[in-house]
Amino acid sequence: MTPTYYLVLSAALFCVGAVGVLIRRNAIVVFMSVELMLNAGNLALVTFARINGSLDGQIMAFFVMVVAAAEVVVGLAIIMSIFRTRRSASVDDSNLLKY
Amino acid sequence: MTHVLAHPLAGQVLALASPGAMGTGEKVAFWVLGIIALGCAIAMVAARNAMHSALFLVVTMFCLGIFYIIQAGPFIGMAQIIVYTGAIMMLFLFVLMLVGRDVSDSLIETLRGQRTAGILVGLGLAGLLGGGIARALGSIDAKGLEQANATHGGNVPGLAALMFTRYVFAFEVTSALLITAAVGAMILAHVQRNGEKKTQKEQSRERFAEGNHPAPKAGPGVFAHSNSVATPAILPDGTRSARSISPLVEPRELTAEDTRPKDTLTGGGNQ
Repeated sequence: MTPTYYLVLSAALFCVGAVGVLIRRNAIVVFMSVELMLNAGNLALVTFARINGSLDGQIMAFFVMVVAAAEVVVGLAIIMSIFRTRRSASVDDSNLLKY
Repeated sequence: MTHVLAHPLAGQVLALASPGAMGTGEKVAFWVLGIIALGCAIAMVAARNAMHSALFLVVTMFCLGIFYIIQAGPFIGMAQIIVYTGAIMMLFLFVLMLVGRDVSDSLIETLRGQRTAGILVGLGLAGLLGGGIARALGSIDAKGLEQANATHGGNVPGLAALMFTRYVFAFEVTSALLITAAVGAMILAHVQRNGEKKTQKEQSRERFAEGNHPAPKAGPGVFAHSNSVATPAILPDGTRSARSISPLVEPRELTAEDTRPKDTLTGGGNQ
């Protein structure tokens, strides 16, 4: 059994996150699915570090984590301000630019 | 770095992961935690309640953190648990509490067949990605991290040596990114007050203005058969007041069994 199993698990988690982004309507749950996809990418990076025998992959995962933290802060603030004006966190209700 | 390696459990976990191939202990950990992680990820997407989704995602991220530790990355594993499950998911929970349970997260599909199509796309993507990875890397000879970790005397010194030499520019840019994000969040979350604050007199005038309801809303009904918050109050003219129930509470249809008079005086039996 090789570490490839981790990569297959990370691909599966990534696809679950992608399905969540596609089918959920609540903006916060969509955002959580994006986080799941980032985490799956991190698992792949850490596994690549082990396969290649160098620590660069773990550094990359660390940077992904930092960027994800910054992204969550800004994204949740945007969701909050949308909710404040439209009283809804559903992605279907943000349709001012539709027509 | 010796303090992490000196801990017997950490040493055992790292020793477990030192070879490139997976040992028995790691296989057991992989199958147990992998199934939990994948199951909780699916439950996160499927859960109707956003709060449940957040808690399922916490479990998935925790399992991934343990995977990182098993794969000879104690620092990144601990950072995963502290940053993701500790900070980011708690931020999600705070925002969920502020926004409230979203009433409009309905099951009505705006685009017909979108849910089925999304699940099919996900399954196809999973098949292609998983199959491709398994075929390309199925019999790969992993090198393992014991040499890379030992070069600088441990995982954390090794990461530090890389981060402050080869990746020092990215590290500096990261600090600028974090400051920008913090300022951006403050600007987005800031509410500007327009004009003067209303005085008590103006508020009182507004309350009694035409078209407004000055009295408090009627509370949910308290009746002999039910005192639930989902029971609407009955107005003096006999109609039910929709204003007395919160829109967040789902109305529940009572069955005949629920509304049947309970024979409390005869001790429960009605024979």
